[in-house]
Amino acid sequence: MQAAAAMTDQATPVREPVYQLRNVGKTYARNAITALEGVSMTLTKGSFSSVIGSSGCGKSTLLKIMSGLIPPSTGRVVLQGRPVTGPRRDIGMMFQQAVLFPWRTTLENIVLPIEIRDGKAAAKAAEVQARELLELVGLKGFENTYPSELSGGMAQRASICRMLITQPAVLLLDEPFSALDELTRDFMNMELQRICTSRGATAFLVTHSIQEAVILSDVVYVMKPRPGRVAEVVPIDLPRPRTLDMMTTPKFGALVEHIRSALDKEAFK
Amino acid sequence: MSNLETIADRSPAAEDDTVWTEHSSWIDRVPRAIQMLFVFVVFVLLWDTVTRFGFVSPIILPTPLETFNDLIFVGKNLVTGGYMLPALWITLKEVFYGFLLAIAIGFTLGVIVGETAFGERAIMPYLVAIDTMPKVAFAPLFVAWLGFDIDSKVALAAFIATFPIIVGTAAGLHAADTNSRNLFKTMGATRWQTLVKMKLPMALPQVFTGLKIGSVGVMAGAITGEFLGGGKGFGELIRTAASQLNTPRVFSLILYLSVIGLGLFAFVSWVQRRFVFWHKERVSAGGE
Repeated sequence: MQAAAAMTDQATPVREPVYQLRNVGKTYARNAITALEGVSMTLTKGSFSSVIGSSGCGKSTLLKIMSGLIPPSTGRVVLQGRPVTGPRRDIGMMFQQAVLFPWRTTLENIVLPIEIRDGKAAAKAAEVQARELLELVGLKGFENTYPSELSGGMAQRASICRMLITQPAVLLLDEPFSALDELTRDFMNMELQRICTSRGATAFLVTHSIQEAVILSDVVYVMKPRPGRVAEVVPIDLPRPRTLDMMTTPKFGALVEHIRSALDKEAFK
Repeated sequence: MSNLETIADRSPAAEDDTVWTEHSSWIDRVPRAIQMLFVFVVFVLLWDTVTRFGFVSPIILPTPLETFNDLIFVGKNLVTGGYMLPALWITLKEVFYGFLLAIAIGFTLGVIVGETAFGERAIMPYLVAIDTMPKVAFAPLFVAWLGFDIDSKVALAAFIATFPIIVGTAAGLHAADTNSRNLFKTMGATRWQTLVKMKLPMALPQVFTGLKIGSVGVMAGAITGEFLGGGKGFGELIRTAASQLNTPRVFSLILYLSVIGLGLFAFVSWVQRRFVFWHKERVSAGGE
């Protein structure tokens, strides 16, 4: 079914919207601080979007709203036709750290979301899917390994599995590889692309790295602080699948330059 | 690049004349058991010198040999079921029940104080206030309330051991990081699930730290209770021996008590290694 969806996506340029934000704003301290103002975006099915901006531009606030951790002050947040009013099973989340629990094996960590939502029996049943996911991310054979024996990259692969186990409609990625070294990070980004493509996943990435945003995304949202807002939407029309070699092409360089100057304008104002 | 190469070529350093090794003290290479034995031998020699040449009266400090002989005597008495065995049994019971009680109360209060805002705001200040009191001073009260039997000693032992367990549990519950909390929130976990599946396991290393401190306190509580509240335990034997100026006996009884204390501590450490296998503790058996 996912494969079919991916094929129609390629055939028709208009894609089905999955996650829609309309004029979303967030104020703190009794409206004294505006963290986010008038953010509108539409994530279409199977697309990869990134948001980039300096610290304090409201991107983490945006991510918290999108994951249902905090409510917005204004605006509409709609996932798959239903307003987001709290954490939901169709929202997958990945953090800067892998957040694996050391007393659980890799497999037990991955089925944790099922265990929380549906109980132990369902978690046991989900181990079949968990094993498939482990194979997808290249961690086959590590089912019964404890996280302390996994490297940073392997731990993040496991946390990808945990995110995917509930078959979420949208993947929210909060600087998922920023704690890894640069070589591992580039490699993991390519892995992420492969995994997202194979699952037809709709992904939303928050990052500090312009290169990372450009190489992975179909759309990059450039955010600016005070108040946090989307300043520019940059479509990335590099062909897919993306490769690390593309990072040396003039087109890639031009896109990175464009985004950098968009960010700099604010930083030195 | 070529510059670097020329510099490298000119430098006369051949491989074998730049070899140097990190120097470690020879003491670091001696096995730990030998080092410990060395300290023990020095200690006993000093002790022997001090007593043998009359620097200290034998009534105040017995010789190592006297103490050793008494250790054998007490050991024989215990093994053959002499009059000291029931006393030991009583003290063991006090320690056992006292520790169980301390774990039950300490863990419960620790969870209340560590998990609920009310507990932290309204109950914790009182616990801190009580903790600063000299708890031994409560012994006469426990005797008045619970009598001269083991109950009053169990109460004092538990009273002393409870607080480190409360503090360990409460502090451990705060150990959960923001990411873990957010992850549980995004998974839609209930408060109970968050507590049982995340916060409590994460708290275990600190809970066990509290248990270890408590296991030391429970011994002190039981013996103090016997000193101040009578009874027929090991503390009473020590008190009697001391009143008869039988210092070798006092020393050997204390040594046997310390074996029990070490045993309890070792047991708690063993349970910790089994259940908190995932937490790598850097300090070995020596404690915190």
